[in-house]
Amino acid sequence: MSVHSNENLLSVAQIQKRFGRVVVADGITFDVKNGEALGIVGPNGAGKSTLLNLINGNETLDAGEISFRNESLNSLNPAERNHKGIARTFQIPKPFADMTVYENVLVGSTFQGKRLNNKRASEIAIESISRTGLEEYFNTPAGKLRLLDRKRLELARALACQPQVLLLDEIAGGLTDSELPILLDIIRELNSSGVTIIWIEHIVHALVSVVHRLMCIAGGELIAIGKPQEVLANSKVIELYLGSDFEVGGVA
Amino acid sequence: MEISYVVSRGTRLNKVLPFIFAALLLALVALPKVLAIPYQVKFVQAFILIILATMWNLLAGFGGLVSIGQQAFIGIGAYSLVYISDIQGINPFVALALAAVLCGVFALPLSFLVFRLSGGYFAIGTWVIAEIIKLFVVQVKTLGGGSGISLGAFSGMGRETRIAAIYWSALVAIFLTLLSTILLMRSKLGLALTAIRDDETAAGVLGVNVLRNRRSVFVMVSMGFGLAGGLIAMSNLRVQPDDIFSVNYSAIMIFMVVIGGLGTIEGPIFGAIIYYFLQDRLKDYGTWYLIILGLLGIAIVSLAPEGLWGWISRNRFSLFATKYRISQMSKERGA
Repeated sequence: MSVHSNENLLSVAQIQKRFGRVVVADGITFDVKNGEALGIVGPNGAGKSTLLNLINGNETLDAGEISFRNESLNSLNPAERNHKGIARTFQIPKPFADMTVYENVLVGSTFQGKRLNNKRASEIAIESISRTGLEEYFNTPAGKLRLLDRKRLELARALACQPQVLLLDEIAGGLTDSELPILLDIIRELNSSGVTIIWIEHIVHALVSVVHRLMCIAGGELIAIGKPQEVLANSKVIELYLGSDFEVGGVA
Repeated sequence: MEISYVVSRGTRLNKVLPFIFAALLLALVALPKVLAIPYQVKFVQAFILIILATMWNLLAGFGGLVSIGQQAFIGIGAYSLVYISDIQGINPFVALALAAVLCGVFALPLSFLVFRLSGGYFAIGTWVIAEIIKLFVVQVKTLGGGSGISLGAFSGMGRETRIAAIYWSALVAIFLTLLSTILLMRSKLGLALTAIRDDETAAGVLGVNVLRNRRSVFVMVSMGFGLAGGLIAMSNLRVQPDDIFSVNYSAIMIFMVVIGGLGTIEGPIFGAIIYYFLQDRLKDYGTWYLIILGLLGIAIVSLAPEGLWGWISRNRFSLFATKYRISQMSKERGA
C-alpha cells in the first residue's frame, strides 16, 4: 500500500443535511489524509451519495463545515471545488449524450483548475481515454455507449480533471469479473501516484483490496471508521449493513 | 509501433463548404444590382428571422435559458437606433452598431436580476421584464409614447438606395452573427455551452462555471437581438411599442428553432427559412395559416423531436466545422 502523509487534505466536520423530514447527514465528522484511499460502505439510503454531493458541492450543507487544505469549501460551487482539485464520478453516469467521447473528456481537461492550453488539454483527454480503454470510441456520441463504457467515461472525465481528490460513486457496480481487476489497477495506480480516493462501493472485497481505511454510514450517521478489517468486524456494521453471515476472512 | 492521434475539426465536407459559403456570400453581396426592390425587402426579412432564430437557439438550445422575453432587446435595439440616429444625429449605420452594443450593456446588469430565477420562472420573468420596459417606453414622450416613432434618418435618401443600403446592413449583420456564432461554438465557451446543453450538473462538476458561461451568452445574444431590432426599425421606418415588444417574436423564435432543430447551429437557420416561406405563402389565408403552422409544429415535435436538421444530419455531419474528430496515425519507430 502506498504511503500517505499525515497532512489532512479534506476535513468533514459535524455536517448536517436533511431532505424534508429525512435526515441524510447527521453530525458526520472525519478527516482524509493526503494520498489516502478511504472506502465508504453502508446500506441503501444511508446517505453515501449525498455525502459525495456535499463534498463536491452538488448539495449544500444545512450545518457544519467541509474544508479542503484547511480552507472552507462551504461557499464554493461545484466548478470552483473542481478547480481546487476535487473530481467525482456519478453512480448513474451523466454523459454529455450528443457529444463524442473525446469531447466529453475534453470538457474535463479544459475546464479543470490548471488552465491548460488547448494542446495540453487535448493530450490529457486522449491519455485519459486510453487509460480507461475507450480508444475505439473516440468519435462515438456518448449517448450511444453501453452502461459499462459509460462508467469508464465517468472515470475518464474525472481523470482528465487531474484531481487531487477523486470521489468514486459505485464505479465497480455492474462490471464483469474480467473487467473489475482492470478498474482496480487504474484506481490503485492513481492512488499510488498521489491522488486521494474516496470511494463508495457495495463490492466490499474489491473496495477492501484498495483502500487504507473503511467507513460505514447508516441513516446519515457515522457508524465506524478505521482499518478495513476492524470496521468489517464491528458488530454494529455487521448488524446494520453486512448481515450476520458475512465472513470477514473471505474478503481480504 | 507507436500510435498517435490527430485532432481535427469537422469532416472532409467542411473543407469544401467554406468555398461554397464564400461564393454564396459574394452572390448575396452583388444581389441588389440584379434583384428588384421587393425581393431585396424579402431577403432583409429572412435575414432578420435567421438572426433571431440563431440568437434564441444560442440562448435556449445551448445555454439552457428558455426565455420568452427577448423582445425586450429587439425593442431596445429598435428604439436605440431611432434615438441615436434621429435625435442624436449619428449616421444610422453607426447607430445600428451602437444599438447592438447598448443592448449588451443593458443585458449585463439585467442578467443578475433574471438569473435569480430558473426554468419556467425565468421564462415568465423575462417576459415580465419585456412588458415593463414597454410600459416605460410608452411613458417617454421623446420616443413617441404609445403611438411610436418614425425613423427619419433615411428621408434624404432615394428609395432604391435606401433599400439597398438596408439590405447590405442586414447582410453584414447576418454575416457577423453567423460568423461569431460559429467561432463561439469552436471556442472553449462553445465547448462549455455544449456541455451545459447536454447535462448541466455534469458540466459544473467538470469545472464548467455554468452561471458565468450563461451570463456571457445572455449578453452576447442580447447584442444580436438588438441588431435585429435595429434592422426591423430600418426596414419598417417606424417603431411602435406594441409591435416591437410583442411576445409574438418569442413565439416565432421558438417555432423556428424547434422545427429546425434546437441545440445545433444549422437547425435555426433552416427553421427560419422554412418559417419565412410559410408566412410568405400562407399569410393571406388568415386562420388557416396559424392552423398549418400549429399542425406542422406538432408534427415535427412528435415525429422528429430533434428538429428537421437533426433528422437530416443524424448527428453525423455538420455544415460548420465545430465537431472534433480524432484520427489514428501509426508511426514506425526509428524509421
